[in-house]
Formats: sequence, C-alpha cells, structure tokens
Amino acid sequence: MKKVGIVTGGTTKFTKTDISIESLLVSAIKQIFDNSSNLSQKDVDVVLTSTNANNKYLANITSELSGMAPKIAHSVESLCNSGTNCIVSAYAYISSGLADVALVAGAEKTDSPGLVLDWDKSRGQYKHPIYWSSMFTSAHKRKFGTTLEDLAYVGANNHRNALDTPYAYFEKPFSVEEIMESKPLTENLRLLDCSMPCNGSAAILLASENVIKNFCEQPIWMTGIGQKAISASFTKNDDLTSMKSTILSASDAYKMSKKAAEDIDAAELHDAFSICEIIELEDLGLVPKGEGGSYVRRLYDTKDRKINPRGGLIGTGHPLGATGIAQTIEICQQLQGKAGKRQIDGAKTGLIHNMSAAATSSTVLILES
Amino acid sequence: MNKFEQELRNGNFVCGECSKCNKLVWPPSDLCNNCFNNVKWRPISKIAKLVEFSSKNDEYFCIAEFENQIRVMGKVENILNLHVGQTLTLVKCGFDGKEIFVFGLGD
Repeated sequence: MKKVGIVTGGTTKFTKTDISIESLLVSAIKQIFDNSSNLSQKDVDVVLTSTNANNKYLANITSELSGMAPKIAHSVESLCNSGTNCIVSAYAYISSGLADVALVAGAEKTDSPGLVLDWDKSRGQYKHPIYWSSMFTSAHKRKFGTTLEDLAYVGANNHRNALDTPYAYFEKPFSVEEIMESKPLTENLRLLDCSMPCNGSAAILLASENVIKNFCEQPIWMTGIGQKAISASFTKNDDLTSMKSTILSASDAYKMSKKAAEDIDAAELHDAFSICEIIELEDLGLVPKGEGGSYVRRLYDTKDRKINPRGGLIGTGHPLGATGIAQTIEICQQLQGKAGKRQIDGAKTGLIHNMSAAATSSTVLILES
Repeated sequence: MNKFEQELRNGNFVCGECSKCNKLVWPPSDLCNNCFNNVKWRPISKIAKLVEFSSKNDEYFCIAEFENQIRVMGKVENILNLHVGQTLTLVKCGFDGKEIFVFGLGD
C-alpha cells in the first residue's frame, strides 16, 4: 500500500447566508489551488464530494466548475461523518495505486435533509437528535455523577477556542452561566449545548508519497484509520454511557498507527452536543471512564487547547458534509505548525473523531507530521 | 407500506419473526437480517422494561425494551418516580407520519 499524505486544506466562512452548494464547494476548492502553487487541475485524479444535500452528480458538476476532468468523481453520504468517510475513500484510492492525487470537498446548507434520520423507527415520535443526546446525558449523569454544569464547560471552552478560528459561525464567547441559562430544550439540554446547523464548505487535498513533495514541503501523513457502523437505529446502542462505534474505531486507528491515546497532542472531537465530547474523551482513552466531566473543567480553567482547538462543532458550527473535513484540516494545520493563535506547541500526532446518527457509526483518523 | 406500519396504524405493535431461524427481526423488515428468509409477523408483548428516560416540558419520554431485545422510544404517561429497570405497559401505539408509542404503569 502506498503511503498517503495531506497537502493542504481550505474552509469557507460558516454562515446562515444562502449560497448554493456548488458555490460553497468551489470557494473551498479555490483555497486548495491558492495554497499549492505547483498544483494544476490536470494533476487531480479523484474528486469526491461529501454532502447530505439532494443535489445529483455533484462531484462531476464541481469538477467542471473547477476546471477538472478527474478519472474518478462521485459523492459520499453518511450523515454527520460524511466528511471523514469521504477522506477515507480518497485514502483508499491512493493507497491502492488507483490514483496519486485526490481532492475531497464537503458542503452543507442549514436546511440539510441529513439533520434528522426519519428512517429510524426505533426513535418513535422522538426523531430529532436532541432526544438521543438527552438519553446519553441521563445515563452518564446517573452512572458517573456528571452534571449540567460540566456540560456547560464544554460549550464555554469550545466557544472560547472558536474566537481564534476565522471561519467560525459564532464570533462571541459564552460564559458557563450564559450557557446554563440558555433556552432549555429538554431536561438535559440547553440551546448552547448544541452545535448549530449552518452553510459552509471545506476541501482537502491528499496525495501519494510518490508525488506529494511536488505540492508541499510539509506533508502530514495519515497513519491510522478506524471506522465502525454498529447499526443505523439509535436504540441499538446497548450502553448509553458509552459510544461503542467510537471505542471500536479508535481501537483500529490506534492499532494501525501503532500509537496510543497518550501519544495524542491535539484532537478534534465530534461535539454535536456537549455530552458527546465528554463521552468521546472517555471512549477514545484520552481520560479514564467517568472523568470526562472533570477533565473539561480543567481544560477550561487552564485554557488548554488540546481538545477541539478550533472550537469544535459547538463553537464553529456544523455544516454536516464539511465538518469531518474541517476537523481534519485543523489537525493538519496543528501538525504543520500553521494554526496561528490556535497553535498547540510541538504537536506531532493528532486525532480526528467524527460520528453519525447517535454514534451508530464513527470514524477515527490519526495524523502524524 | 409494510405490515409493521399497517398494523401500527391500527393500534397494534407487531414485529417479524424469521420463519426459518426464529429470530425476532428489529427494525421491521420483510426479510430476516440473520438468514434472509421471510418473516412471519406476530404481536409483541405489551410489557416492557424501562431502559432510560428524560423529560421535556414536564413530559417524560423514554427508551423501553420489549421481549429482552426490541427497544423503542416513546412517551410516558401518568407515572411518577420513574426508575430504570421498572416494568412499563404499552398502553397505546399508532402512526401519524411517525411511530407513536405510549407507556403507562406496569402490572
């Protein structure tokens, strides 16, 4: 298998401004070409688009609008982890030798049909994600004594981090108190515990070890990949204090990269809701089980950016098909030392966690400089 | 519309049981997800176990488990002091574009 690296990425501003999916994608792709002086459209063998939008033939349309005529072009949809699924598909094309250069671009709009999985009969009349996140919260509160104030620290930390992310949807901080007092949606969930659907796009360029030095001096290598789909139905999660798909995908990613949780210097976690970050910290092995709540308080008190340095989904917004790509770009920039005010000193190994539909599936990527 | 949805519209909660390997197939499907043989539809017990719960505007919603395997989310009515593991009864089910399950006090 060929080694696969990341060259660069680009992200549009995450907003509520109405822009077409095609325009969003081309705006993110433009940044790839702006950032890679030696890259021309004819170098790109694969164009993959990641979205839940109903637009058809989008990878081909996007290729044409960007002046590319790739060998392979298609879309990837997997609800909220469409982005990392798309990156893994690009990895597979390159590592297998079918391609040398792959461009992955994801985009979503505020009214995405991917926000609610209507198919899931097990959710009954409670289809909206606020209900499954409330169930995870109830279980974690009961077993580990996690509090609603712990959850508010997740939001406060990620909103503060997002202030240094130019493309973030939110441009103001929220205190723990403001989050606690924001509009209650359920017993366990307030408005500011939730990520915000928005319009946005992110694009990333992957290349084989054979050609990557033509396009950048500091490639970041993809060394670990883990993916697991346990089901599509939310109620197939046996233990609601945990995310089984995350545990299994992390195990595979660590094994493939020969790394362990202790080696991770920077991590992007899928904080669709604040409880998700707490459970994921534990299931990725970054903290002992049951200590996610106390850990997020420490992150906030010490201004430690190790977790969600760009502000996560809660701080930056959640344009579904772009999210996993934006997460991966952040870790890439951290490992290249190009994260500006968000930079974690000396970061060499990073992790991305992206999941879908109440953690019925997860993707974990490990990157190294 | 499959048999599950038809019956739910009539207030009956049914599920498919494999005609060959006897597996109870959930979520509902015409074919067994173990051996791909046809299923026979049968009523599900009205007795369930409370797996987890929360509330919105003082209205409780929960995950309940039937026959030690089928889990659905539904509304809880007329029960105070809910606790995980307690027995619930399915007092009403239906379909209005979404599947509706309503639970009351167990036997």
